[in-house]
Amino acid sequence: MQLSVWTYEGPPHVGAMRVATAMEKLHYVLHAPQGDTYADLLFTMIERRAKRPPVTYTTFEARDLGKDTAELFQTAAREAAERFEPQAMIVGASCTAELIQDDPAGLSEAMDLPCPAIPLELPSYQRKENWGAAETFYQIVRSLADKKVVRLDREGRAARANILGPCALGFRHRDDLVEIRKILGALGVEVNLVAPLGATPQDITQIGAADFNIVLYPEIADEAARWLEKTFDQPAIRSIPIGVGATSAFITDVAELAGADPTPALGDNHSRMPWWSRSVDSTYLTGKRVFIFGDATHAVAAARIARDELGFEVCGLGCYNREFAREVRAAAKEYGVEPLITDDHLAVEEAIAAASPELVLGTQMERHIAKRLGLPCAVISSPVHVQDFPARHSPQMGFEGANVIFDTWVHPLVMGLEEHLLTMFREDFEFSDEAGPSHHAAHTPRSSTGSAQSANADRPEEPIVAANDGSIWTSEAERELKKIPFFVRGKARRNTEAFALDQGRAEIDLETLYDAKAHYAR
Amino acid sequence: MSAASTLTGCATPSETAQRPVLRERGQREVFCGLTGIVWLHRKMQDAFFLVVGSRTCAHLLQSAAGVMIFAEPRFATAIMEERDLAGMVDCQDELDRVVGRLLERRPDIKTLFLVGSCPSEVIKLDLAKAAERLGAQHMPAVRILNYSGSGIETTFTQGEDACLAALVPEMPAASPDAPQDLLIVGSLPDIVEDQFLRLFAQLGIERVGCLPARNARDLPSIGPNTRYLLAQPFLAETAMALETRGAQRLDALFPFGAEGTTSWLKAAADAFDVDEMHFNRVIAPGRERAKRAISHAKAQLEGKRISFLPDSQLEVPLARFLATELDMVPVEVGTPYLHRSHCAQELDLIPPSARISEGQDVERQLDRVRADKPDLTVCGLGLANPLESEGLSTKWAIELVFSPIHGFDQAGDLAELFARPLRRRDVLEV
Repeated sequence: MQLSVWTYEGPPHVGAMRVATAMEKLHYVLHAPQGDTYADLLFTMIERRAKRPPVTYTTFEARDLGKDTAELFQTAAREAAERFEPQAMIVGASCTAELIQDDPAGLSEAMDLPCPAIPLELPSYQRKENWGAAETFYQIVRSLADKKVVRLDREGRAARANILGPCALGFRHRDDLVEIRKILGALGVEVNLVAPLGATPQDITQIGAADFNIVLYPEIADEAARWLEKTFDQPAIRSIPIGVGATSAFITDVAELAGADPTPALGDNHSRMPWWSRSVDSTYLTGKRVFIFGDATHAVAAARIARDELGFEVCGLGCYNREFAREVRAAAKEYGVEPLITDDHLAVEEAIAAASPELVLGTQMERHIAKRLGLPCAVISSPVHVQDFPARHSPQMGFEGANVIFDTWVHPLVMGLEEHLLTMFREDFEFSDEAGPSHHAAHTPRSSTGSAQSANADRPEEPIVAANDGSIWTSEAERELKKIPFFVRGKARRNTEAFALDQGRAEIDLETLYDAKAHYAR
Repeated sequence: MSAASTLTGCATPSETAQRPVLRERGQREVFCGLTGIVWLHRKMQDAFFLVVGSRTCAHLLQSAAGVMIFAEPRFATAIMEERDLAGMVDCQDELDRVVGRLLERRPDIKTLFLVGSCPSEVIKLDLAKAAERLGAQHMPAVRILNYSGSGIETTFTQGEDACLAALVPEMPAASPDAPQDLLIVGSLPDIVEDQFLRLFAQLGIERVGCLPARNARDLPSIGPNTRYLLAQPFLAETAMALETRGAQRLDALFPFGAEGTTSWLKAAADAFDVDEMHFNRVIAPGRERAKRAISHAKAQLEGKRISFLPDSQLEVPLARFLATELDMVPVEVGTPYLHRSHCAQELDLIPPSARISEGQDVERQLDRVRADKPDLTVCGLGLANPLESEGLSTKWAIELVFSPIHGFDQAGDLAELFARPLRRRDVLEV
């Protein structure tokens, strides 16, 4: 058993729901107890979809268990087929139904349904959401792809690509797709199929007609792309166009496979990011320590942008999805940091506190960790909350995506600078230290032992918990430390204490404080 | 469509006096009882809720708790893994380990609820035994109890019912010759609870306890001279447990709106022989305030047709409030479970034209909603936006469980919850 408050990923059947909801004319019959319909609201609320997810739940109850839950499943499947008239169905079990061992595959096979029913095996007690989405998409492609499709000779026609991976509840998938279509348009590449987002089972049958595949989100599409590579001899492009450099590399890769001239796409000068990043206002970004955590694809892409395009220093890199840990390990090696592969948010919190970054890039969870630690933060990856499914166009991919990323990441730092100024002036007038950071005043950190009753905002704590009780600090040095802006104070304290320990100094006075500062100066 | 024409065979009422109820089975779009944890843990500040379940359970709690999940909440999930199921480890040993680690991390916890889920029920993990064993280890520092919040056994608010029923055996026994005391049953927001306690004090009813108490280790006593008032309509199991300990229920409307609150207070006043004049004097100001506050929303709501989809069991009393005090017209009142005797007075006040339904077949019910075209549909978040996009105004039901809506001083807010979506529909010009 694993003790857990927060999970980065849902169970695998939620991944299957993401694929089903992304597609059209596909229906998911899910053998699940009453209550599992909660997952519907992820789509109707967080993503604000105006339609119910195409999922029928059998919603069995305790009194059904003694009887025939299998029949319940068959009734649900039959009624769903009649009511929704899907071109294909996927059938499977959620975690509880997995335990009662009705066999949706066998049951649906025995039913003679009017459309193909694709059985899903999603081991809920081993795997998670992303794996569920990848497996579902793979099974759909494998079952529906028409192997008799023949590609016409390349002579005298435009190259054709499948865009694979965009999905329901995907972080910025909607807008990324717009940017990718733009690039393909500039390269004269036709889109054969986008899947799963917006594809029908009928569309999937024609997946073999493309010359190659673009794997936009490996977490969802990699499994299917590998099968397509084998079956239809379709090469796959796996470079992820997040960031200016990565977008250029992506364009080059596509152009090469398509036999197209990359110049028009590379010449797209909509990216303001390189100039923004070079302008003198950005100088203070140099060497800012950034901690990156998310799904592997977005984390690796973010690390590259952070170092090569914004001039940050990557001080931590990790992902929560073990399936792609290898990519993160390789990248972490390149940045000289220890890779953090975990789905335990407490471990992430510890790592962030230890790394003392000046900016955190992560998921919704890291946003809250950063808030608690008083650190600036931006969101780069799922899981995300409703505000990260915005109304406005906000891709991460392509040149416009790079613009969005520049604004998104720098914005909290500018806020940080404002805080810095306020803190510097706090001795001057009413900006007292007790006021705390203005933009998250409601979240004044509490003591770690605090519970619901300890919400006494009148006694704020240090935003960053001190490494020891401070007894070796002289009061003079302690007062001086307080003059350092709150968001670097914890690091200064830790560094100074480490320095004092290293130097064998029994006491930290002003001298030690400034010696340490000189020692750690970069 | 008349109410009678939609009735199916199994809906035969047992007593002739009772109104017909449409009973349906099929796909249910409802939460499971685990969701109750989200508000229960706010109420009992010394309690921790440990769900023994799957990743789905953890994901549900996280989705239902929204941003609350990050404030060092007093709930968590022990996620069962492959090795727990394959018998590679003993689930009971694993549970001991997890509980040990948890209590070490949170020494402030005084009561720990082991909450059963669908997976733990299906594999028949004996949480009662675990609670007993762990309780013996950790008492007196921590009391360990268990109940089931699984979807196969409980719907949404029934999770609170199961939790409170587990607390009843822990309540100290009052001696049979103890003076008569009053128990308010059902978790209420602190502000509402305080209002009620003040009113009872003014009425001269001095010995009043609450279940749950704000401190789960501070339970009120119970005995044959305990009279209890249900503040919530979803407490069937708890009521039964209280009765087995000798307590007697005071029958009343549930305290929604001016009339409901008056009826609820009156039931207690009568049981405690409060003088009628005195009663009227005490409640008059609150009752007047409630009526005044409700009148603001009346223009918006009167004559409007409303349908409830099943969610919390609050549907019947709320439909009564909207019908009698705001002149709305209930079209269908769906409830996941109808407790005939607890809701008897409520049902009598709902116009006979309204269709009462129990249980759900969501597709068929949505067909009825589309055919009925009510002005307002009360439903869960999985259905609200899809119905809005079909042109039907909705009010999402969960808010009714989280917001203070009981009593005189919340009556206006309660009416406003229903008026707001309609007003919004009218003001938007895009």
